[in-house]
Amino acid sequence: MLFRRDTANMWTLITPPTVWALHFLFCYVAAAIVCAKDPSWLPGLRLAIAGATLLALGLILLAGLQAHRHWGFGDDLPPHDEATDEDRQHFLGFATLLLVGLSAVAVLFGALPALFITECVR
Amino acid sequence: MGATPDRRRRECSAGLVLGAGFLVSACGGPQSALDPAGEEAAEIAHLFWVMLAGAGLVWALVVGAAVFGGRFQRQPISDRAGLRLILWSGAFAPTLILAGLLIYGLRLMPVLRAAEPALRIEISAEQYWWRITYVGAGDVRIETANELRLPAGRAAELTLDSVDVIHSLWIPSLGGKMDMIPGRTNRLVLRPQRPGTYRGVCAEFCGTAHALMAFPVEVMPPADFDAWLVRQAAPATPGGDEAAFLANGCGGCHTVRGTAATGTIGPDLTHLAGRSSLGAGLMPNTPGNRRRFVADVERLKPGVRMPSFGMLAPAELDAILAYMESLR
Repeated sequence: MLFRRDTANMWTLITPPTVWALHFLFCYVAAAIVCAKDPSWLPGLRLAIAGATLLALGLILLAGLQAHRHWGFGDDLPPHDEATDEDRQHFLGFATLLLVGLSAVAVLFGALPALFITECVR
Repeated sequence: MGATPDRRRRECSAGLVLGAGFLVSACGGPQSALDPAGEEAAEIAHLFWVMLAGAGLVWALVVGAAVFGGRFQRQPISDRAGLRLILWSGAFAPTLILAGLLIYGLRLMPVLRAAEPALRIEISAEQYWWRITYVGAGDVRIETANELRLPAGRAAELTLDSVDVIHSLWIPSLGGKMDMIPGRTNRLVLRPQRPGTYRGVCAEFCGTAHALMAFPVEVMPPADFDAWLVRQAAPATPGGDEAAFLANGCGGCHTVRGTAATGTIGPDLTHLAGRSSLGAGLMPNTPGNRRRFVADVERLKPGVRMPSFGMLAPAELDAILAYMESLR
């Protein structure tokens, strides 16, 4: 599992941006299909986007808690640039935390149009 | 030798005042998003000022922090305080400001799309002119070209299409721009408020005469508009002799409703002489300009599909122009 790892690696690092990418694709692809096939599904789609947003934020939060643990709960300040296993872990954890922030904001911004747009336009 | 510092300063401030005058004067006129004449343009102008104020505030805070750091804060701060500063002013504050501006901008989207307008106008962009069709009740279609007229205070829905390359329609005084894409119909709703003459342009590079692809937009009191539309719907009542016009093939490309000229390649000329401009906003529609246009169109508008007719005998050209003059 990506969310219960003892150590950080490249996979845990790219988990938050991957969640963001999947959420983004879902919002835009689903909206394109609904508006092309049957615009009357739009209210349901907006609820689905709200659900997907909560799910994505939840996964990003889990990744963030894990990254916080890998970072050593902030005991050690950056830059984690020593050639030691500990610093490598702290570096990956801290970098993941930054990506968690970015991905969470991006997921919210990506979902915002669904809050305002209430109709498909020809 | 040379100006004294005092004089130079005076000249400099005079230059500034003059420059500011030019800048401010550029904010008005028939083609300015900062001088809105319609609801959509007003919303966009408001958005611009809010964004500008936001950008100005951010700029002032950043420059203020830099000045503070350079002039007053001489002692280094701790690593932890530095990290906190980066986190708050480098990440949290910009995110909050961006979120605010994004929500403010998105809020406009439904406003700019809404309404069930009574008037529908199909505009098709073609290199390098505009085919404009008013669609009235009962699907009555009234075709004209290169001049858009709109009733003040009423919403009009423009459906935008292109037959060749991507164009874009932009009437800065009335609303935002909308792309015109071959094979796709885009929709733009405009609610002009202030009667007057404005200028629309093609805002997407579409070929050699892209910069010469414009059109006047006349916002009229609703009653005047209705009367104008009734006149446009009527077929032509040519006073001149159409023989030269037809013999030289003009009717192969141009329609003059009610006559044998039924071409659809070029602009409809049914009420040509009643339009204010010629050649898609190229020049004022005067008899002299019409002569130049017909005789030498390829030089006036590079890339245009119409051939120049300067080789015609003067009497022939005179007859065509007299005929065009009568198309009111």
